[in-house]
Amino acid sequence: MQKTIAITLRILLHAGALSPLLLLIWDFTQGGLTANPIREIQLRTGRYTLLLLTLTLACTPVYNFTGFRQALALRRPMGLYAFAYASLHLLNLVGLDYGFDFALLWEDIAEKRYIIAGFAAFLILLALAVTSTKGWVRRLGRNWQRLHWLIYVAGILAVLHYLWQIKIAISAPFIYGIIVLVLLLLRVPAVSRVTMKYFKRKEGR
Amino acid sequence: MGEGENLMGKIHSHEITPEHIYFSRRKFIAGMGALVAGTILSSACRPQKITPEGTGFCAGAAASASTDELGAKLTPCNDVINYNNFYEFSFDKEDVGDAAKNFKTSPWTVTVGGMVNKPRTFDIDELVRRFSPEERIYRMRCVEAWSMVIPWLGFPLGKLLKEVEPQSRAKYVRFETLYNPEQMPGQKIDLLAWPYVEGLRLDEAMYNLTILSTGLYGKPLPAQNGAPVRLVLPWKYGFKNIKSIVKIDLVEEMPVSTWAVAQPQEYGFYANVNPEVDHPRWSQASERRIGELARAKTLMLNGYGNEVAQLYTGMDLTKFY
Ligand code: HEM
Repeated sequence: MQKTIAITLRILLHAGALSPLLLLIWDFTQGGLTANPIREIQLRTGRYTLLLLTLTLACTPVYNFTGFRQALALRRPMGLYAFAYASLHLLNLVGLDYGFDFALLWEDIAEKRYIIAGFAAFLILLALAVTSTKGWVRRLGRNWQRLHWLIYVAGILAVLHYLWQIKIAISAPFIYGIIVLVLLLLRVPAVSRVTMKYFKRKEGR
Repeated sequence: MGEGENLMGKIHSHEITPEHIYFSRRKFIAGMGALVAGTILSSACRPQKITPEGTGFCAGAAASASTDELGAKLTPCNDVINYNNFYEFSFDKEDVGDAAKNFKTSPWTVTVGGMVNKPRTFDIDELVRRFSPEERIYRMRCVEAWSMVIPWLGFPLGKLLKEVEPQSRAKYVRFETLYNPEQMPGQKIDLLAWPYVEGLRLDEAMYNLTILSTGLYGKPLPAQNGAPVRLVLPWKYGFKNIKSIVKIDLVEEMPVSTWAVAQPQEYGFYANVNPEVDHPRWSQASERRIGELARAKTLMLNGYGNEVAQLYTGMDLTKFY
């Protein structure tokens, strides 16, 4: 039973994480990415990154609330998918948009605060992806957990990145901001102790 | 165990991924690699758009030339009518056309007044008859760092203004879009101060390149492009080109435009295309021409400096942005 659930979850995870990319490629080949496809790719990959990042942050609280252990197994692959989409997001900007013309890119984006926030978030995801292997978990010991707490910083930076680039007050970045803050709050020891207790009482343990 | 310990302490056994769910990074990286390769390959053989050129509005789209005076190709008609910033209808550029498809542009009047000797209300048909629009191929640079080349039909605003005889006290021209939330659902959302307002200095308004446009690609304007009549000035950012105009007033004080109300630090009154004045979000040094992949450097005054720079002699354009 455990195993069936695990396999089903794994399939759902991969299908869920890869289908937006397949759709993006499909729309690209069909000319379905608006009259400004490069920008559409930038926006879509940005949205997927943020969504996956937020879902990654939700895994532990879901476990704490429900005791659903499999949720924890999703953190690593979801985090890696978030990193993968962030890489495409960056690659689209540097490669497709700017044709690797770094001088022009620098002239255009240097000192823009939303870019600085996005780039910082990307660097964190990069560091976490590199150290996501078992070898690194062993090597870093308890520092590994300390390092991987940075995912919350990445989440906050990503929301700032979104907030600082909107033209008018659309709701999406604010909603993400609230969700990320709530998820962070749920990990504060005092709060998570309460949620853990609640779950244990429910389980009759 | 202290609070900090609890927070970031030792790894609990349940936090280590069980072996059978263990995720193969090698496969993952291979998969991503294949997808990236696929993306690049598919871009090499990108077929035509779903909505082909030459259907609907664009059937029989006509222009007298295929490029502007600098040799830049006209933006395909289909892109011009399907990628619009017109928040009165939708915040989504692709949805504007659909949201505006039942927009009523007849009957329509434009009231010209304020500090003029002969205030008048013009019927839209009369405007077209009287000022006989001609073709103007202009580059349009959006503040969001994309641009198009569009064959407008229009007539110099100055001709209209001369008819109403501006008084000597009049220094500026103020324009207003229709306010009708029933027809323009975006106006039910308070994100901008509706109706949309724009303004020009009187000499900018009288300048020959400044037109009121009533059509594009040889046809009457589609709703999403600002039907039935809109402003077009090619050397300013796109948002100055106010759409679906119902009111034009000559005034003494500098009008405050809608975007300047919303974000005073970001949008100045002049909004002249200027690669040297940065915007906190978008690049103003380069731009993406719709329909093309590579970026191009943005030209001072959008390439119209020879004509219009004289309007701003002695002004520091980085200060008056
Ligand atoms: C974890 C990292 C990141 C996340 C979660 C993220 C997320 C997003 C989101 C949600 C959007 C807006 C989508 C929309 O408007 O619908 C966006 C847009 C954008 N991002 Fe990122 N981003 C990240 C990193 C980066 C980096 C490293 C760069 C560049 C150095 C970057 C550059 C951009 C640009 C240029 C846009 C488009 C802005 C526009 O055209 O309006 N992002 N990103």
